Amino acid sequence: MATTIVMPQMGYDMKEGTVVRWHKQEGDAVARGEVIADIQTDKATVEFEAYTAGVLRKIVAQAGVPVPVGELIAVITDPNEPLPDELPVKGAAGGSAPAAQAALPAAQASAAATAPVQPAPATPADVRASPIARRLARERGIDLSLVVGSGPGGRIVEKDVLSFAEARPAAPARPAAAAPAPAPAAQRVELSRMRQAIAKITVDSKREAPHFYVTSDVDMTRAMSLRREINETLPAERRVSVNDLIIKASAVALGRHPKFNAFFRGDHLQMNPSINIGIAIALPAGLIVPGIGGCQDKSLVQIADASKDLIARANSGTLRNDEYSNTTFSISNLGPFDVDSFAAIIFPPHAAILAVGRVKEQPVVREGQLAVAQIMKATLATDHRVADGAEAAQFLVEIRKLLEAPLSLLL
Amino acid sequence: MTAIDRQRLSKNQLLGLYRQMHLIREFERECERQYTRGHIKGFLHVYSGEEAIAVGAISTLEPQDYVVTHYRDHGHALARGVSSKDIMAELFGKATGCSKGRGGSMHLFDASKNFMGGYAIVGGQLPVATGLALASQYRGENRIALCFMGDGALNEGEFHEAMNLAAIWKLPVIFFCENNLYGMGAPASTTLIMHQEIYRMAAAYGIPGAEVDGNDVLAVRELMLEVVQRVRGGQGPYFIEAKTYRLRGHSIADPANYRPPEEVSYWQSRDPVPRFKEWLLAEGQASQAEIDQVGASVEQEIVAAAQFAESSPFPQPQDLHKWVYEEGQA
Amino acid sequence: MAIISYREAVSQALREALEEDHRFFLMGEDIGPYGGSFAVTRGFWEEFGPERVKDSPLSESAIVGAGVGAAMAGLRPMVEIMTINFSLLAIDQIVNHAAKIRYMSGGQFSVPLCIRTVTGAGASVGATHSQSFEGWYASVPGLHVVVPSTPKDALGLFRSCRELMDPVIFVEHILLYGARGEVPDGPFKIPLGQAEVKRLGRDVTIVTFSRMVHVCLAAAEQLAVEGIQVEVVDLRTLRPLDMETVVHSVRKTRHALVVEEAPKQGGFGAEIASQVQHLAFDYLDGPVERVAGEEVPIPYSMPLERLAIPDPERVARAIRAQLGR
Repeated sequence: MATTIVMPQMGYDMKEGTVVRWHKQEGDAVARGEVIADIQTDKATVEFEAYTAGVLRKIVAQAGVPVPVGELIAVITDPNEPLPDELPVKGAAGGSAPAAQAALPAAQASAAATAPVQPAPATPADVRASPIARRLARERGIDLSLVVGSGPGGRIVEKDVLSFAEARPAAPARPAAAAPAPAPAAQRVELSRMRQAIAKITVDSKREAPHFYVTSDVDMTRAMSLRREINETLPAERRVSVNDLIIKASAVALGRHPKFNAFFRGDHLQMNPSINIGIAIALPAGLIVPGIGGCQDKSLVQIADASKDLIARANSGTLRNDEYSNTTFSISNLGPFDVDSFAAIIFPPHAAILAVGRVKEQPVVREGQLAVAQIMKATLATDHRVADGAEAAQFLVEIRKLLEAPLSLLL
Repeated sequence: MTAIDRQRLSKNQLLGLYRQMHLIREFERECERQYTRGHIKGFLHVYSGEEAIAVGAISTLEPQDYVVTHYRDHGHALARGVSSKDIMAELFGKATGCSKGRGGSMHLFDASKNFMGGYAIVGGQLPVATGLALASQYRGENRIALCFMGDGALNEGEFHEAMNLAAIWKLPVIFFCENNLYGMGAPASTTLIMHQEIYRMAAAYGIPGAEVDGNDVLAVRELMLEVVQRVRGGQGPYFIEAKTYRLRGHSIADPANYRPPEEVSYWQSRDPVPRFKEWLLAEGQASQAEIDQVGASVEQEIVAAAQFAESSPFPQPQDLHKWVYEEGQA
Repeated sequence: MAIISYREAVSQALREALEEDHRFFLMGEDIGPYGGSFAVTRGFWEEFGPERVKDSPLSESAIVGAGVGAAMAGLRPMVEIMTINFSLLAIDQIVNHAAKIRYMSGGQFSVPLCIRTVTGAGASVGATHSQSFEGWYASVPGLHVVVPSTPKDALGLFRSCRELMDPVIFVEHILLYGARGEVPDGPFKIPLGQAEVKRLGRDVTIVTFSRMVHVCLAAAEQLAVEGIQVEVVDLRTLRPLDMETVVHSVRKTRHALVVEEAPKQGGFGAEIASQVQHLAFDYLDGPVERVAGEEVPIPYSMPLERLAIPDPERVARAIRAQLGR
């Protein structure tokens, strides 16, 4: 029977060897234990003995050529036996040892294969929250970016999530254990650069600036009738919008509460002399916040002109870079989208943002009499590092009073 | 070889000693071949050239005595009667090995033969042997411990500690130094100041020491017979130095190129196995036919051992942690 | 219920072994007429005789190795290594031989050897005599590592060690020998691998062992005044390791602090911290914190030495910071 001779293992760390000399020629008889070749390893040249007796039928490894351990170097056959047609790639030496080595990795591999692939957690990784806070948020469907952390370094800890959960109506927990229905593969949509910028800015804001919110109903009845009156005197292209009134009111209030026109700078506040109010404009591609500079010196009509110009050029994509970059406060108005109220994310490095909903007719009690008023809900988000609740309340109430007594906006 | 009369060895016993020596030699050759076939892994240190010591010394022990040795331990295990199949299976890493595949070449054990193990940290076996002797003394038993070491072990601190402890407590232990002139590749002449008369180092511990030709099985036996009697009689430890030579390198990866050719050929001429065979023939203690018969029976045993090892199963993966602690302990 | 010292508890444990079973004997440096470096074996030599209370040369490796051999031969040696610092001289016998012989012999031999030794800093004995290596030994499969903090634990745990067929490193703390505590009457035993909650609390779990248990209990007293309720878990054995008790506590308190005397880098506390975060991750309300020895050889001078090892104030500070208080 033919015996394949492979490059021997001569030391545990040997990877390859070189036959430096064959002691036998093809066709020579060899005895068991007889030296047939000198083999050079990294360390030395050693004599290599035949394991079986027979005839050295074929020399595969030429002298001087390195051969990896375990590869065929020669074939010994019985005296009258021809060289088999097919030689095994691995020699007789191969067999059992690699099989044994395979045993453990296989076990490990199967362990790895059975480990379930975890879906990515819903909470962004850069919200600082403890493991149990994350687990509770996941179980109760809470967006951790809305929770304010009270732990060391502002970490969201268990009690923050619990009190957040208590403070808001229960949201249905995601059915974690429900078997997923077979769904078509999700489509991949690349993010536009604007979308990426929005993602970054909002995450930065939520991470850096501890938001808090104050909300107030603003009775817009008089503001609406004043607006009507003004607009009757103006050509159509110069009409004043509700938003322009809010901008003007904010500008006046900011002049009286300059903290809300400031930037938080670590160890100090940067008090901005100019009041530049950004207005959030929804475009098909996303949100932009261009600004109206020097609002403290602009009349309502000038503000209205400036805002119409911004909106027009935002839609035509012809805004200048500096028109985005110099704002000190911002206003987001989703009234045209028919929502009552919402809370906005502060546009860094602003100290606050005003979010307003639609103006809606509501029954109110006025001097003991039921009446119909036009009510708008305004929610001010404030960076707690800059101002506290009472200050925010005073600032918001200032805006409300200005809008409820709108003649002052024309002075 | 004048000791034969005093040792009162029958022809059969003499042939038995020869068979053990020849078995060790052929077993080691088979190990080298199996290593090249990839069946034996790791380190492989063969005993070729030193057979007269293991066979001569261990043949003088009683079954209850302890044998402790170093990592070049195949010869001692075979001489102690550990089955060649079990040893070969151990070298193959098989579950049927004498250490259940957990030890390997350097860590052979066989409780049934009081073969207390091969120890692969040089010198580490000396304190262990001392403790085995201590147990015998503590219980008033009649057993002794035979502890082999190489010349390298004399440079370890554990040699000093164990020699002194055995002497101060008068323990029944024989320290047997196989001086093969090299600690791995370093000649003893460059590492041990007393390399020419190692046995005299024992005197510093108040332990009697003697030297013997480690390539003469009958000389080893004769000295050991006397020493065993003395140590068993409660006269404390004894130290023996046997000069010998590795016919192979330190391990299979070592062609021993650092040894001068004339030294190698000198020791080849003193090869203990052919030397004893020639003596048996010359003295008429064995016929060529009997020698040939031994050769054939050894070849048969080796082939059987290799077949047993190859066909044996590897340890089960679920038994990975077995024997770390006593069953039932964490 | 008697009140005895830690020293008396260990001494009683050894005496019981010697009285009940002739296979037990003692080996160690100056354990004979001198009575032992820490007086644990005072009077033993006179009572049990030099054959069973073997005064040995200053040869740590030889006496541990002799213990290995005698244990393989069926005896139950109890070896005293004067301090754990000197165990480095015997570490070959402990790690390469005692811990591996059962495994490497395929279960043919056992090494029922008990090595008693003394750990710890705080005695002003300098850098070479003040170390805490028990964590090193706890990383060796084949060994048991026992670290009692009270007289009761010392006695109860030793009684369990006597029945083991594998080597034990029984680590006594140099500053605890005089500590007194209640010990139940009768032949009670404490199994290895069972941590004990030494103080109940709901705000944070301290995981610790040996003398640091007392340091942490003192810190817990201070913090209780401030309204922080600390739970103190005493591991009692490092191998086997009872993570179940630890995890149970951490799941309750949501916070874990691991306290040990050895230097922090590579310390055993890192193992505990790792396992806690693995086993209780979703229950943690903050990172697992550690208080450990400074990265310095233990200084001789007392004020410096005090800085090098954890004390109740440092533990309390760590907990306040951890809880954001």
